[in-house]
Amino acid sequence: MIWNPNKECMSRDEMSSLQGKRLHKIVEYVYHNVPFYRNKLQEMDITPDDIQTIEDIVKLPFTTKKDLRDNYPFKLQAAPQSQIIRIHASSGTTGNPTIVGYTRKDIGVWSECMARCLTAYGIGRDDIFSVSYGYGLFTGGLGAHNGVEMVGAAVVPASTGNTEKHAKLIRDLGITGIACTPSYALYLAETMDRLGITKDDIKLKVGAFGAEPWTESMRKEIQERLGLKGYNLYGLSEIMGPSVSYECMMQNGSHINEDHFYPEIINPVTEETLPYGQSGELVFTTLTKEGMPLLRYRTRDLCSLMDGRCECGRTSVRMSAITGRSDDMLIIRGINVFPSQVESVVLSMKEFAPRYLLIVDRINNLDTLQIQVELRQEYFTATFDTPAAIDELQKRLAAKLRSVLSIGVNVQLKAPNSIERSQGKSVHVIDNRKLV
Amino acid sequence: MTINQLSIFLENRSGTLTKVLDIFKENNIQIIASTIADTAEYGILRIICSDPQKAYSELEKGGIAVALSDVFAIELDNKPGQAADTIKLFSNKDISIIYMYSFLFHGKGILVFRTDNTDEAREVILKSKLHSVTGKELADWE
Repeated sequence: MIWNPNKECMSRDEMSSLQGKRLHKIVEYVYHNVPFYRNKLQEMDITPDDIQTIEDIVKLPFTTKKDLRDNYPFKLQAAPQSQIIRIHASSGTTGNPTIVGYTRKDIGVWSECMARCLTAYGIGRDDIFSVSYGYGLFTGGLGAHNGVEMVGAAVVPASTGNTEKHAKLIRDLGITGIACTPSYALYLAETMDRLGITKDDIKLKVGAFGAEPWTESMRKEIQERLGLKGYNLYGLSEIMGPSVSYECMMQNGSHINEDHFYPEIINPVTEETLPYGQSGELVFTTLTKEGMPLLRYRTRDLCSLMDGRCECGRTSVRMSAITGRSDDMLIIRGINVFPSQVESVVLSMKEFAPRYLLIVDRINNLDTLQIQVELRQEYFTATFDTPAAIDELQKRLAAKLRSVLSIGVNVQLKAPNSIERSQGKSVHVIDNRKLV
Repeated sequence: MTINQLSIFLENRSGTLTKVLDIFKENNIQIIASTIADTAEYGILRIICSDPQKAYSELEKGGIAVALSDVFAIELDNKPGQAADTIKLFSNKDISIIYMYSFLFHGKGILVFRTDNTDEAREVILKSKLHSVTGKELADWE
């Protein structure tokens, strides 16, 4: 099934012409409403009239996560505050979160895009669908929620946590679809095993998995254990949230809602645009966004694009699975974590040396984050020589990290000078998760 | 009334204890008593030695997290019940013992401990005429 064949199956020429018109409009819009973009365009001697077709996009400047940080909280917002009806926030690189405001129209576009995803997965009005992304500042929960309501299925806003209750609801309500991180799906399968709920007891048929990288072997395992078919759901809050792209029944790449989010692949070093098929950094331009439109936003996600009509009937450009990042961002339990966030917390506490190590692992299918910090020699004093005092310090650091990162961490205190120094660029992250 | 004790932060990893003990060996410092407060991730090694000041500076030079603190060291007669009677003097005054260990020194039991109220503990020791071992006695350990 296709939610909006008019857009999802548009001919290439029609799509390009629509994108060109929308690009001109959005450039004109940010030129007049966002001083940051006006200054950038003026510096490059570009006016909105120079942008007429989608090919002109290469003339435009890039936008980076740093630009979002520098313009915290509202300086990239193009719509007046009275038009904003929702604000989400995601992790920033150093303390300040990224703030994204949505107008009523933005929420409508988001719901439409999400409805396209769910329809492609085979979800319709007869389904009962559980949204198990976190509800809150994170875009996953509410973003998926709106789409489920739009297609007319019954949404169960399960959010995360309380997995035992959720497992029982899946069985008792006959829930047919679920949106969550792939690692949460595996955790759910384990919880069901423990409760003695088998896949014959449940009716799940669709899983919409995203917010963290996953692999074909994870897909296979989730499908076998929960008896459903798992589909990729891609998105990022800077651009919209979940629904930027989605897999169809063919599962050969994820269709991008390119009438709203124009994709490019660039060489992350030279910033030159790469042709279809070549791997590089994914860049998005929001073509219709009112709240916080972004020109050529560098996602730092590495993948490739493929064109051509898909066997499902859709004509939209597809993106491959994400193969990595061009920065040091980690995705842990669906939450973006930057080592620099950890650094800012460690530096703020005088008891620790400015050295730290993040050790990421996946234990029983759940991501874990351990942070090793070094005790400063001069802070190990006579008043500090009991496990009670050290525990207190450890807990204080863990609480600070938790509030900055939005995920729980395990803090390990190391002796002075015990975290390995490396030659040249220091290593701050060891990721032991096996994603192949 | 008090003696110097060294507290050393040790990670639970083979080799960390050896590194510390080697520093005592190289500087010819006698370890008279030691105990480890162990946790799942680290331990705190507490040491009474013949030359705590020197040990402290050498350990510090070696990059070890070490603290020098004052602890009470009360000499007891070698008779059952001595420890109970001694500690009761403190608990009667609502003074808590944070940690405690003991060792034998020239045939006498020495009770080492820290309390949560050093000033009141001093008073108890003075009033009860408890005998403390001194740093000087420990320095002449032979």
